[in-house]
Amino acid sequence: MDAGIVSYGAYVPRYRITPAEIGRVWGSDGESMGQGLNVHRKSVPAPDEDTITISTEALRVALIRGAIDPQQIGAIYVGSESHPYAVKPTATVVAQAVGATPNLTAADFEFACKAGTAAIQTCLGLVGAGMVKYGVAIGSDTSQGAPGDALEFSASAGGAAFVIGREHVIARVEQTLSYTTDTPDFWRREGQRYPSHSGRFTGEPAYFRHETECARRIMEVSGTSPKDYAHVVFHQPNGKFPQRVGKQLGFSETQMRYGLVTPYIGNTYSGAALIGLANVLDHAGPGERVLVVGYGSGAGSDAFDLTTTDAIATYDRSYGRPVQSYLDSGVELTYGVYAKYRGKIHMGES
Amino acid sequence: MRDVAVLGVGMTKFGELWDRSFREIGIEAGLQALVDAKLSSSDLGALFLGNMASGSLIDQEHIGPLILDYAGLGARHLPAVRVEGGGASGSLALHQGYLAVASGLYDFVVVGGAEKLTDVPDATGNQITSSTADHEWEVVFGGTLPALWALIARRHMHEYGTTREQLARVAVHAHEMGAKNPNAHYRNKVSLEQVLGAGPVAEPLGVFDCAPLSDGAAAVVLGPMETARKYTDQPIRIAASHVACDAMAVQHRRDVTTLDSTVVAARRAFDQARRAPKDIDVAEINDAYTISALVALEDLGFSEKGRGGPDFEAGRFALGGEMPVNTSGGLKAQGRPFGAVGVAQVVELVRQLRGTAKDRQVPNATLALAHDVGGTGATSVVTLLEAAT
Amino acid sequence: MSIARFWRETPRRYNLGGSKCTMCGTVYFPPRAVCPTCAHHRESIGKMVPFQLSGDGEVFSYTTVHEAAEGFEMQVPYVLALVRTVEGPILTGQIVDLAPEEVRIGLKVRATFRKLREEGRAGVIHYGYKFAPAEELPGPRPGGPRAAVGARTAPESDRASA
Repeated sequence: MDAGIVSYGAYVPRYRITPAEIGRVWGSDGESMGQGLNVHRKSVPAPDEDTITISTEALRVALIRGAIDPQQIGAIYVGSESHPYAVKPTATVVAQAVGATPNLTAADFEFACKAGTAAIQTCLGLVGAGMVKYGVAIGSDTSQGAPGDALEFSASAGGAAFVIGREHVIARVEQTLSYTTDTPDFWRREGQRYPSHSGRFTGEPAYFRHETECARRIMEVSGTSPKDYAHVVFHQPNGKFPQRVGKQLGFSETQMRYGLVTPYIGNTYSGAALIGLANVLDHAGPGERVLVVGYGSGAGSDAFDLTTTDAIATYDRSYGRPVQSYLDSGVELTYGVYAKYRGKIHMGES
Repeated sequence: MRDVAVLGVGMTKFGELWDRSFREIGIEAGLQALVDAKLSSSDLGALFLGNMASGSLIDQEHIGPLILDYAGLGARHLPAVRVEGGGASGSLALHQGYLAVASGLYDFVVVGGAEKLTDVPDATGNQITSSTADHEWEVVFGGTLPALWALIARRHMHEYGTTREQLARVAVHAHEMGAKNPNAHYRNKVSLEQVLGAGPVAEPLGVFDCAPLSDGAAAVVLGPMETARKYTDQPIRIAASHVACDAMAVQHRRDVTTLDSTVVAARRAFDQARRAPKDIDVAEINDAYTISALVALEDLGFSEKGRGGPDFEAGRFALGGEMPVNTSGGLKAQGRPFGAVGVAQVVELVRQLRGTAKDRQVPNATLALAHDVGGTGATSVVTLLEAAT
Repeated sequence: MSIARFWRETPRRYNLGGSKCTMCGTVYFPPRAVCPTCAHHRESIGKMVPFQLSGDGEVFSYTTVHEAAEGFEMQVPYVLALVRTVEGPILTGQIVDLAPEEVRIGLKVRATFRKLREEGRAGVIHYGYKFAPAEELPGPRPGGPRAAVGARTAPESDRASA
């Protein structure tokens, strides 16, 4: 495959809340909950941020870094489980906001946490087929857990945008494949505010099975083994699961060090694996092999076998913030302000 | 153009007039003015009514004939025209009435100003009054009238060293005057500490830096100067009436800390009357926000640019000072029923020039200035009034 | 607010599309049909061309708003500022991602894309520019103004719709 990543950008909102603060409100030991999940803080969007604004910010960075004319974008797909509208696309607003309209196709994807990686695969197909010069894939979310639910300790906000093309590729896609089944581990019915999940069932038969099977298959097809990769990125609903799956597959902590971002910003859902990949690319030099295995409940995994090219050495990352700065910074909120910002307080109708 | 005189004045109490309707207050002020002028309603030629937002506030547009009708003049089929210019609506109506009489088309006209702001919740009232700023490029982005004036204030403080205390002095003075005015919305004095300690609205402006949302109406009767003495012993001549406009939004002004509309309207008015700022004995100026008053003093030529704060602090504009301002209590204490404000300013100044302002009287006042502002300064109206000798 | 009324301003609110007078070179935002300051005021009619602002500027004045404009209640207290853009025009906009006490005149800011207001829970969401501190963003911008999300390779004339 001669297509790959031409440019990328990530965005994480400024606010954070700690598991200890969430636990304080619900009478649980949030601190040990956070340690158990390996989530120290999670990001919280400002009241004027949503999946559309996060996607736009991430894509603007990607376009400027790559010096890409937005009018050359042929497709924009935004993957999210928290599109602001049930009907009316996120992607059209993003396209308009970056100046890519009107000669392009745009659509929203939804596949729990892997809608962003699904968008990358679609773009690879369009670019590979020569239908578009650039395809844009964005994974972005402002995910919510029900108040007091275990999910609330990790569900956060953020996103990353990837421009897929064939020229000036900084990370070539050697291989991509998916592993998909009908597995009801996590869902949100139409009209419901918060998602539901099947507790421990989300583990072995869902996340672990799909991640490991998908990872093994792509390495089999590519003829690689864990030692061939400089970096690996898994989907990261918390900080523990990806560590475990990495261990099961035989990856070291060093290989995972840049790809694991959830401990510092929480689970950004559709953004999670992609922000991890953005962090890897922030640090990678030429000729480094990267394995990415996303996961979305419901369920499926998308895997990518990437190799960074010589072009990454001259790729200008100076515009926009590196992922690391998002991991290191942030303003902590109390649960009260967090609840206000997230619309968890019932307001009287005016 | 012939000389025009104010023959009679009237106004309602300003404040929260819960039991009175828009048409009731409008008519009360108008009839008072007619009686004051000793004029028969059969002499009237036209009605000009200043009003900012009756449609949004009381769901009633087309209020010219409404007031005419309930004033008992419907069957006379007089022209009744509403005039709108945000907070300057009343002064604009006065300007129209002045032109109508000066031109000779009409001999006697009533100029009214009325607004009923308490028939909507405060938040709605603030939203409606904010629409006198540029809605698309200021309000949509989070601007309110106090916020936009606060932007002017912060820049003024930055450029000229104006202090928070100097702003607060304007409110203290307004309440001191309001306490002497039975028609005022607020009749309580406030201390500097109270103003400084009040809750913030849009920093640096706090609750006491902002005029209230009031109900109220005011009216004047205008007629030709040459026959004025038939109707009043003390006709007050309109020595000048000028309007000037500027960019709608603060962001587009030549200088954020100057209301060029005020500078130009004042220059035109002083030119017309062949007088200068130093000739003014008493003035009613726009103090919708404390910063508005300091900027107005500079732009009208009473203070050097940037010196409004220190001059105010020094007492130059207090009752007993060099040139007292806002003896009515101003918009801050007398109240701010938007469309009525400019007319009420003239009512106060006519009382000053007649020598009937009682314990807020400025001794020997013969030349007075009224200054009214719409929005954040897109419209300014300056009127000069002179006691006839 | 009318949907069409907001929608027709999206090129300005999303992308900072202004205009420039070809007679005197002055840049305006929002765009104008005639140049207000040009000595050739009348001659400037029809000579105004689209011009995209970069979104970079500095705080010219600011206020911390405690009594919110409609739709901003959840953000109280919020900072509203006059931002002087590098191209000249001053814009009114919110400063986000900075504590009110850290805002100062002269602060370097950059336009960011945020929700401006919602027409209730079931209505349309309006988006547009606000400003975030630029100083914590490391590095110079490659190859010119941020308008580049539109203008770096597209010639100005192609942006006529913006």
